[in-house]
Amino acid sequence: MMATQEASSTDRIEKRVELRAPRARVWRAISDSQQFAAWFGIRLDGPFAEGSTVKGSITSKGYEHFKVEFQVQKIEAERYFAYRWHPYPSDPKVDYSTEPTTLVEFTLEEADGGCVLTIVESGFDQIPIARRAEAFRNNDGGWTGQVKNITKYVA
Amino acid sequence: MPVFAALADATRLRLLKRLSGEGSLSITRLSEGAGVTRQAITRHLYALGHAGLVRHRRKGREQIWDLDMKRLEKARQYLDQVAAQWDAAALRLKAFVEE
Repeated sequence: MMATQEASSTDRIEKRVELRAPRARVWRAISDSQQFAAWFGIRLDGPFAEGSTVKGSITSKGYEHFKVEFQVQKIEAERYFAYRWHPYPSDPKVDYSTEPTTLVEFTLEEADGGCVLTIVESGFDQIPIARRAEAFRNNDGGWTGQVKNITKYVA
Repeated sequence: MPVFAALADATRLRLLKRLSGEGSLSITRLSEGAGVTRQAITRHLYALGHAGLVRHRRKGREQIWDLDMKRLEKARQYLDQVAAQWDAAALRLKAFVEE
């Protein structure tokens, strides 16, 4: 089943993914940094461990110079994996290390026929708007940006 | 103030709604019937200005405020983009584990 958007809020994004695979299999795909990197579309230069920082870069063509840095927060076997990072690295010349990070949390539960993964990224309220505007300018296609007017925001 | 935090206040939301519906408005007009002091309204407007959601200009002796839709749309678009990235990542994970 496709990921569905839940709990709309201005500070967070939440996705719920139903997977027809054993929980242990999905856990490995998330907690093993090399497996994670393979499906996520990045290169990572070390394993995930609580308190560690793992660096890497994006593997998508044309974006190879964009760096990523995962600050691993918590690992609870087969249940929960959380890291902090700077979302949307968009300019390799800019040092984002002083900017606020967002928190990404993977929560895994068993379900009929497989398991359910909930992905939450939160902390967007702290990201300066100028950075967000810049990130949008640098992203060149693949997304259908939807302009929502203010009445939907305030209704 | 980050834009999303700026929206998390009833008075500020009402101000944005009024500017959205009525266009340019002075602080005097915005304070009318607001149930909040003119000083408080001014503070809220400057907070919204810092978040890039409204702009102001001088017109005679009045300060006129306008919505800055572009900024708000950019903030919304950014969140939509990140959400779309996660959708795509979820599909890749699905393909990876379900083979």
